[in-house]
Amino acid sequence: MNEDVTSIFQIAAVGIIVAMIHTVLKQMGKEDYASWVTLIGFIVVLFMVIRKLDQLFQEIKTIFLFQ
Amino acid sequence: MDIIQVVGFALVATVLVLILKEQVPMMAFLLSLFAGIVIFLFLIGKISDVIDMLEQLADRSKVNMVFFQTVLKIIGIAYIAEFGAQVVRDAGQEAIASKIELAGKVLIIVLAIPIISVIVETIMKLMPV
Repeated sequence: MNEDVTSIFQIAAVGIIVAMIHTVLKQMGKEDYASWVTLIGFIVVLFMVIRKLDQLFQEIKTIFLFQ
Repeated sequence: MDIIQVVGFALVATVLVLILKEQVPMMAFLLSLFAGIVIFLFLIGKISDVIDMLEQLADRSKVNMVFFQTVLKIIGIAYIAEFGAQVVRDAGQEAIASKIELAGKVLIIVLAIPIISVIVETIMKLMPV
């Protein structure tokens, strides 16, 4: 579970940094860049989550004899 | 002491979700989904021990393996459907969540068709026509 705690902090850090960059860019008046930053941060986190979800589904499949 | 790990992990995840919820709600949703997946993965290991034990019991008592596999599949469907429905409900989509639950119920009843038909046939044999 240790690496999971690390990755949950990673996700939270990505979220906070993205929020900060978003705010700064918005203050500078670059609205479109700000929305792109949010989107890219979201996709990065989405990849982490989806890899974990795939792992979970594979485990469930092997354990509950779905093959 | 596994429960302490789980609760500690869940508390940390909750605090982080609350921090993120104001600024980036999407990220907060993904974080809570991730926390749910991690806890579920942690539990799956324990569940597999229980299922191994059940498998041995079924093996010894000469239960037909097809029925046992069906029951296991039903349990698996119930777990997955519950997980998905809770995540979706957490994101505020009550309607989609109840559709997931409906799909889980329908798929379970489809899997149970062979068992139900065996029961009905047995009863028909028992009844004097």
